Amino acid sequence: MPQRVYITGIGIISSIGNDAGAAFTSLVEEKSGIAGITLLDTSLKDKFPLAEVKMTTEELLEAVGHSGKKNLTRTALLGMIAAREAIGSAGFDDINEYRTGLISATTVGGMDRSENFYKEFLVDPKKGHLIDIVNHDCGDSTERIADFLGIKCFMTTISTACSSSANSIMFGAQLIKAGFLDRVIAGGTDSVTKFTLNGFNTLMILDKNSCRPFDENRAGLTLGEGAAYVVLESEEVIKAQNKKVLAELTGYGNANDAYHQTASSPEGNGAFLAMQNALQLSGLMPEEIDYINVHGTGTQNNDLSEGIALQKIFGEKMPSFSSTKSYTGHTLGAAGAVEAVISVMSINHGILFPNLRFETPMKELSIAPFTKVMRGLEVRNILSNSFGFGGNNSTLIISKTN
Amino acid sequence: MLPLYITGLGNISPQKTWDNSHFLDEVTSVETNYLRCQDLNYKEYIAGDMVRRMSRIIKMGVAAGKICLADAECTMPDAIITGTGLGCIEDTEKFLTNMIRDNEEFLTPTSFIQSTHNTVNAQIALLLKCHNYNFTYVHRGFSFESALLDSFIRINSGESGTILVGGMDEMTPNTFAILQRLGHYKRKRVNNLGLLKDHSRGAIAGEGAAFFLLSANPGAKNYAKIEALDTFYKPDKDKIPAHISAFLERSGRKIDEIDMVLIGMSGDPANDKVYDDVRTHLFREKPQAWFKHLCGEYQTASSFGLWLAAMILKNGQVPETVRLEGVTPGKLRNILIYNHYRNLDHSLMLVSSV
Repeated sequence: MPQRVYITGIGIISSIGNDAGAAFTSLVEEKSGIAGITLLDTSLKDKFPLAEVKMTTEELLEAVGHSGKKNLTRTALLGMIAAREAIGSAGFDDINEYRTGLISATTVGGMDRSENFYKEFLVDPKKGHLIDIVNHDCGDSTERIADFLGIKCFMTTISTACSSSANSIMFGAQLIKAGFLDRVIAGGTDSVTKFTLNGFNTLMILDKNSCRPFDENRAGLTLGEGAAYVVLESEEVIKAQNKKVLAELTGYGNANDAYHQTASSPEGNGAFLAMQNALQLSGLMPEEIDYINVHGTGTQNNDLSEGIALQKIFGEKMPSFSSTKSYTGHTLGAAGAVEAVISVMSINHGILFPNLRFETPMKELSIAPFTKVMRGLEVRNILSNSFGFGGNNSTLIISKTN
Repeated sequence: MLPLYITGLGNISPQKTWDNSHFLDEVTSVETNYLRCQDLNYKEYIAGDMVRRMSRIIKMGVAAGKICLADAECTMPDAIITGTGLGCIEDTEKFLTNMIRDNEEFLTPTSFIQSTHNTVNAQIALLLKCHNYNFTYVHRGFSFESALLDSFIRINSGESGTILVGGMDEMTPNTFAILQRLGHYKRKRVNNLGLLKDHSRGAIAGEGAAFFLLSANPGAKNYAKIEALDTFYKPDKDKIPAHISAFLERSGRKIDEIDMVLIGMSGDPANDKVYDDVRTHLFREKPQAWFKHLCGEYQTASSFGLWLAAMILKNGQVPETVRLEGVTPGKLRNILIYNHYRNLDHSLMLVSSV
C-alpha cells in the first residue's frame, strides 16, 4: 500500500498578509490585496492594479537576517519567508531528522534583478552588475531557500507556468508515496516583475480594475506576487512522532489541454481530465466535494473553459466555488500553493472565502460563485484547480482528517 | 526499483547525433569556447509555418522529441517530462531587450508566450494531441535528473508505461557573454578535442536537446536500461567517494560490476578537480570516459552523457574520442555516469545493457 500523505504545516506571504495569520484575517474580513502599484517601478504604474506583497525588498532582506546584502532576489526572499513559516508551523525539531526535500516552483526566478542588469548590459556588454544576474535562473531561488532552511537531502524546481506549484505539491506527494522521501516542503514563489506585467499586457488579458473572476463582465486577470508552501509528511513519520496533522492530500491530477500554447480549449478538456484524474485517485465522488477553489483568473477564456469543465464534472450538483485570486491576484508560479494553503485554512476553520466583486453570472454557464464568507461549515473535501500556459492543467484535492 | 528501458533516442547536439544509425563516426573539431548545435533542416520535422515562429530551443526540443518517438515507434507516450536549466532563454532575452529598449511600449506577445519554461513540452503535447501527464523541471544541474526521477516513480507505480523524457538547453550570445564574465566559460578559444590540455578558467559552453523514450518493459529496440539514479547537493569533497559507494550498494551493485565510468569533466580546472578522488581512487582500476568536449557544458549536459552511455552499450564499443587515459574498456555491461554542475548539483546514473 502506498503511504498516505498529510499536510502538517503551512506558510504564506502574499498581498493579503505577510504570514498565514494575517492572510486568514484578510480572507475573513473580505479584504482584497489588490491595489494601485506602489513598489514595482514600471511605466504601466497608473494603468493596472497589482497584488503586491506590502514589503520592500530591503524589508524582506531584513526579515531573513540579510540586511544590506544584495545576493538575494525578491522571488527567493518571498520563498524563504513562506517556507520558514511552513516549517515552523509543522514544528520540525531538526530539518534533517528525516529524509526531507524541498520542491519549489517559480516562473520568473530572478527576473526582478535581471531587468536591472540588462538595462546596463544592453548598452555595453561589459557593464551591468553581475550580482544582479547571477540569480537569474529558476533553480537559484530553490537553492537559496534550501540553504536558508538547511535542506540538503533533495531539492528540485518546477516551472509549468501557472500550474507550477500545484505540481510541486503533486510531485512531493509522489516522492513520499514512493518511499523516496519522508517529508517535503512543497510550494512556489514568484515576485511581480515588469517582464510578466508587460507580457500579460501584450496578451491583452489584464483587467484595468481589480479582476472579477467568473463574472459576465470580467475583463482579465490581476497579477500578484507571493510565496506559499505546505509541509507534506508520510503516514509513517506522522505515526512515529504522534503528530497533529492539518489535512490530508487525497488526490491530484495532471493533464495537458493540448489545444493551444496560451489559450484553453473551449470544451475545457485539460481541465476536465485533471479534475477527473484527481477525483479518481482520491476515490471520492464529485458530490463529496464541498468546495472548489477554482483557477478563476478573470480572463474571458479561462473562466469559460474552466466553467464548462466544472459543469461537465459536477453536473447539477455543483459545490460552492470561488476564486480567491479576487483577493491575492494571480500569483503565477505560487498560485497553486497559495490556494492549497487557503484550502487548508478553510478545512481547519470551517470557513469558505468568497469570490469578491462578483456581480453578474456568465451567460454561457448555469453556475456562479458565492460572494460572502460562509462560516460554521463542515468542510471535508476541497478541490483546487491550477491551469497554465502550455495547457499544463493540475488539480489537487485536500481533505479533512478524522 | 524497476529499471527504465531506453527504447528510443533523439539527440540534437553540436555533434551529428540525430541519426541513430551512426555513432560518432565523425566528430567536430573546432577552436572555440562555445559549441553550438548542428543545424538540422527543421522543416523535415515541424510544419513550416510553425517552425518560423519557433526559437532554437523549441525547434531543437520538438525535433529531438519527434526523432525519439519515431525511433521507438511510439505514437502516444503516457507522459512527457523534460528538464531545462534556463528554458527558452532566447525568447526571454528578446522580450526583455525589447521591453527595456522601448521603455515598456510597442511589445508583441510572441516572445513572451514562448519564453515560458514549459514551451517545448507544450508544443510536443500539442503536436501529438497528447493529454497525458506533462511536467517541466527547471533546477540547474538537477533539471534532467528530476525528469528521470519522476519517470522512475511513474513507471514503478505503474502510472505510466512509456515516457518521453528530455533534457535541453540553448546557449545564446548574451547568455554566453554573461556566463563568461562570471567565469563559467573560457575567455580564450581552445580546440574542443584538446580541451583538457588547457588550464585556463572556465569550461567551454554548450547546448543540446536529448530525448529518450523510457519504457516499463523492453521494446522492439533497446539501447540500455537505467537502473538507478541519485542527486546530491553541495557535497563535501571528501565524502563523495563514500556517497558513490553507498549509492552502488543501494542499487545492488558492487564496484567490481561497474565496467566503465563516464565523467562530466567540463574543462574547467576548478570544477574538474572535484572528480579527482573518484578518478584516482574509487575507480582507479576502471576504464573512464568523458563527453563534454563533444557537447560543451550546460545545465542539462548529463542528458548527452546518458545518450552516450546508451549508445556505447547498444553498440558495444567506446569511441576513441571519449576515452580517457588509463584502463582500456573490455566488457561493457554497466556504466556509471557521474556528473556535477558547477560543484553544486551532483548526479549519478547507473546504466546497464539489456
